[in-house]
Amino acid sequence: MNNQNSEFALKAENLSKIVTSPEGPLTILDQVSLQVSAGDRIAITGASGAGKSTLLGLLAGLDLPTSGKVWLGGNELTALDEDGRAALRANQVGFVFQSFHLIPSLTALENVMLPLELANHSQPRKAAMQALESVGLHERAGHYPRQLSGGEKQRVAIARAYVVRPTVLFADEPTGNLDQQTGETVIEILFEMNRESGTTLVLVSHDMGLAQRCDYILEMEAGRIKTEQNA
Amino acid sequence: MKSLALAWRLLLRDWKSGELTVLAISLIIAVTSLTAVAFLTDRVGHAVELRAAESLAADLRLSSSRALPEKYLHIATEVGLESAVMVTMPSVIFDADRSALAAIRAVTPSYPLRGKLKTATALLAAESETASTPAPGEAWASTRLLARLGADTGSTIRVGKTQLKITRVLSFRPDQGLQFLDLAPTLLINIADLEATTLVQPGSRVTYRQLFSGQRATINDFKPQLEALLQSGEQLSDIEDTNPQIRSAMESAGRFLNLASLVSVLLAAVAVAMASRRYALRHRDRIALLKCLGSQQAFIIRLNLLQMLMLTMLGAAVGVVLGYLSQEGLAWIAKDLIAQELPAPGAAPVFLGFVTALCILCGFALPDLIQMGKTPVLRVLRQDVEPPPLRYGISYLAGIIAVLALLQWIIVDIALVLGIALGAAITFIMLGLAGWLLVKATSRFRGVAGVAWRYGLANLNRRGRESVVQVVAFGLGLMVLILLTLVRNDLMDTWRDSLPADTPNQFVINIQAHEVPLMQQFLKDRQLQVPIFVPMIRARLTLINGEDVNQMTFEDPQGERWARRESNLSYSDTMQTGNSLTGGSWWPAGTERHEVSLEENFASELNIKLGDVLGFEIAGEPVTATVSSFRTVEWDTFKPNFFMVFSPAALEGYPASYLAALYASPEDAGKVIDLMRQFPSVTVIDLEATLAQVRDVMDKASLAVQAVFLFTLFAGFAVLWAAVQSSLDERRFESAILRTLGASRKRVLSGVAVEFIAIGLLAGLLASTGASLAAWHLAVNVFKLEYQFSPAVWLAGPLLGMLFVGISGLLATWRVVTHSPVSVLRSA
Ligand SMILES: Nc1ncnc2c1ncn2[C@@H]1O[C@H](COP(=O)(O)OP(=O)(O)OP(=O)(O)O)[C@@H](O)[C@H]1O
Ligand SMILES: [Mg+2]
Repeated sequence: MNNQNSEFALKAENLSKIVTSPEGPLTILDQVSLQVSAGDRIAITGASGAGKSTLLGLLAGLDLPTSGKVWLGGNELTALDEDGRAALRANQVGFVFQSFHLIPSLTALENVMLPLELANHSQPRKAAMQALESVGLHERAGHYPRQLSGGEKQRVAIARAYVVRPTVLFADEPTGNLDQQTGETVIEILFEMNRESGTTLVLVSHDMGLAQRCDYILEMEAGRIKTEQNA
Repeated sequence: MKSLALAWRLLLRDWKSGELTVLAISLIIAVTSLTAVAFLTDRVGHAVELRAAESLAADLRLSSSRALPEKYLHIATEVGLESAVMVTMPSVIFDADRSALAAIRAVTPSYPLRGKLKTATALLAAESETASTPAPGEAWASTRLLARLGADTGSTIRVGKTQLKITRVLSFRPDQGLQFLDLAPTLLINIADLEATTLVQPGSRVTYRQLFSGQRATINDFKPQLEALLQSGEQLSDIEDTNPQIRSAMESAGRFLNLASLVSVLLAAVAVAMASRRYALRHRDRIALLKCLGSQQAFIIRLNLLQMLMLTMLGAAVGVVLGYLSQEGLAWIAKDLIAQELPAPGAAPVFLGFVTALCILCGFALPDLIQMGKTPVLRVLRQDVEPPPLRYGISYLAGIIAVLALLQWIIVDIALVLGIALGAAITFIMLGLAGWLLVKATSRFRGVAGVAWRYGLANLNRRGRESVVQVVAFGLGLMVLILLTLVRNDLMDTWRDSLPADTPNQFVINIQAHEVPLMQQFLKDRQLQVPIFVPMIRARLTLINGEDVNQMTFEDPQGERWARRESNLSYSDTMQTGNSLTGGSWWPAGTERHEVSLEENFASELNIKLGDVLGFEIAGEPVTATVSSFRTVEWDTFKPNFFMVFSPAALEGYPASYLAALYASPEDAGKVIDLMRQFPSVTVIDLEATLAQVRDVMDKASLAVQAVFLFTLFAGFAVLWAAVQSSLDERRFESAILRTLGASRKRVLSGVAVEFIAIGLLAGLLASTGASLAAWHLAVNVFKLEYQFSPAVWLAGPLLGMLFVGISGLLATWRVVTHSPVSVLRSA
């Protein structure tokens, strides 16, 4: 079983998420299965409310499905408890969010250092500085998030995601809060870093142009995968 | 270890970025005010104690009718205390041709240990303080004694078998006290001359005293040590046993100072609770992110706790230093008022500062922090995901209990702490309930009000739980401040009333019946106030319910003493002012029955019940009377009072002398001297010095109370201000958004004003109610004062609340309307 799954970086089987709303139970994810090989880049697209973020959250182990299973690397995420999933995230997963999620009271450099420090890295400052350099922001290292533009914030977030060399990187609408031009710069950097590290990339976006740059595109609609195609 | 280092690093970074400023400032202000009040109360409390100790001439006084062992003095010297010895006995002393009864007081050179003697070089010469005592061969005589002998300084007198030379007039002894009924004038001599007098003989009425003084802590350790060694008949007194006026002034002052500390602790709690809540709320995103980056919940909670602990320790350290400095500054400013030399403060407030900060943090901040640690990681994807809600009632109640336990530990006055606890609990519940109602009610009110009101009230309503928390916090803060004000006012009034300017300062005793009308006329002729002449009859208690008192034994040693000695009886148709009945009833005027009213404690010491029949022997004749009432007596009124007062029918006709207490202003001093000349057989006792001593203690105490009061009030507002600051973040942000949406400054400001004024109004209203109830409890049960509900309080509370909370809120929002909204929005 383990063997069979370990060839995939990420695998999901019959994932469903049902939430209770005032109007009764609501199925927001309906029997979704998928497999992603190591190093692959996949894009999840679809209309707003289609369930993209929900799926991403389940794949990354941020939430638990109502039914179904998820494997990350060789480990069954859905069989782990919250702390177990956290430990797995610490070693193998990186995130980039639409709203950046930088800690406002830490400088750019300190934000990038944080995951290294949490992992007891021996030289967090040096590694973080390198990561900032590779996103072209080493000169802004001492600036606080409020002093950075949206694009710069997202580049810091990308540096923070890659600095721990994750095996899978999840990105939820990384350009959603940025203008066209800035968004493209950020995406350039994201893919560049991905190429260098060979990380598996799971990218949520409703920007088709962006999705086209991935290896696969999953289009979602009302909690289901509508189409699955090679880009 | 990893979490320790990381916690420290993150804390430093947070500090650098300004994230911690509000919390740190709240904490520092809280600890500063707390320790400053504690330092100050410690010092002025001690100063008042020292002043009061002067009436004993020592911190501890040991008395016995038998010689006291030297051993006690040795122990005292060993532990580093000062000591002095005084041997007192009555004896007739002789001048060339006259003699007078004097109280011979033989003292060691270190006497008095507290306070100063005042002497003059000759009768009517100016008096001055002195640090010395009579040298061997010399004696200092009181004015009254010299008057009786017709002598002055320079005369030689015979005391027992020895001759002494009078070198000074003794005008004041700090421990001369109020025992005016058997007060013989003093002759102060050196203890080295005592043996030569040969007055100390078996059977002579000698009182031996050892006096001790020193550091408060040493005295506190020494007292139980000494008590354990005492033999029967050896009686230890400390300032608790000093004269009643001084004691009650001191007790009230001490309680007030305690109340002030208590208020500052509660205020500190409010500020830190609010600030740490803000801190915790702002941390939700960070916690979700840390989890997303792979941190486990236990680690995150540990990280938060460590940070809090570090912050608390640092904040407390800074606060303690600032508290010390500001208290030092205040003491310096008020040094002429409070005392020439305020004793140095103890170290206890330092400890108090740290423990309180920790205690408050554990009580109020921990629940929030732990709860925030449970923020689900999913919050990184969905902003509406919140940590499970905290039950504020329960968690804050835990905090309040923690603080109360702390208070009891500091103050050791369960009645005071319970009173406050009760007031706080009632206020707390009322505030919570009312806050909730307000939030409900405003949602209806919204539709009919103007735009500013709609916005302000909508905010109140939307932030429902936050609003309730704020109403509760500000309400509690205001309540304790109002309470402090109320108690202070009551206390000052009572002190002012207790010794009015015309308090009798001259006691005239030994007035014979035939002299009464003459003296009344004398006083009237000289425009002096004519006092009531109180009859006094010497008698011996012989029978209780027909049983011979001499055959009875009394469990209470004090009762034993009463039964064996002569008593002073009096009679009256009306009860003395300042007395109040606690059992039975007072006789109707002109009654024919023989009844007696007893002082409550006196009765219980002798184990006497209502209806018991007491038998007395007066000038050889038996007299009986039925006990018809019990009274309490205010001994501190400087008026003649008696343990036993009879119906006139019982005692009229027996040989009585009269006594009267009258007030003579300094200008009337000559008239008093005339009176002594006119009536040579009466004794006039000048209580002015004792009265001045009591007044001085009260003045000191009330200055202390004023100083601490003002200081606490000031600190209280600083603390509340910090609390308002910490509730402003979200509003600032919203105001900025409103501004970007095109709202005018006026509209934004009035919106904030409405919200804060509403919170302030409600908090103030409830604070007034809570404070009135607590003040009533404290006045009646703790300070033993009269209490009047004052309607002004209900005006002051809401007004204060509205103004203070409203203005603080407006000031803090000012930045938003004066700067571009972008600067605010970017920082979020
Ligand atoms: N815990 C929840 N409770 C109720 N409804 C939920 C919950 N989680 C998600 N939903 C709903 O499920 C649907 C899918 O949400 P999701 O965030 O996955 O959409 P999305 O595809 O990411 O949309 P967008 O492109 O706008 O980000 C939405 O309608 C959302 O409101
Ligand atoms: Mg989404």
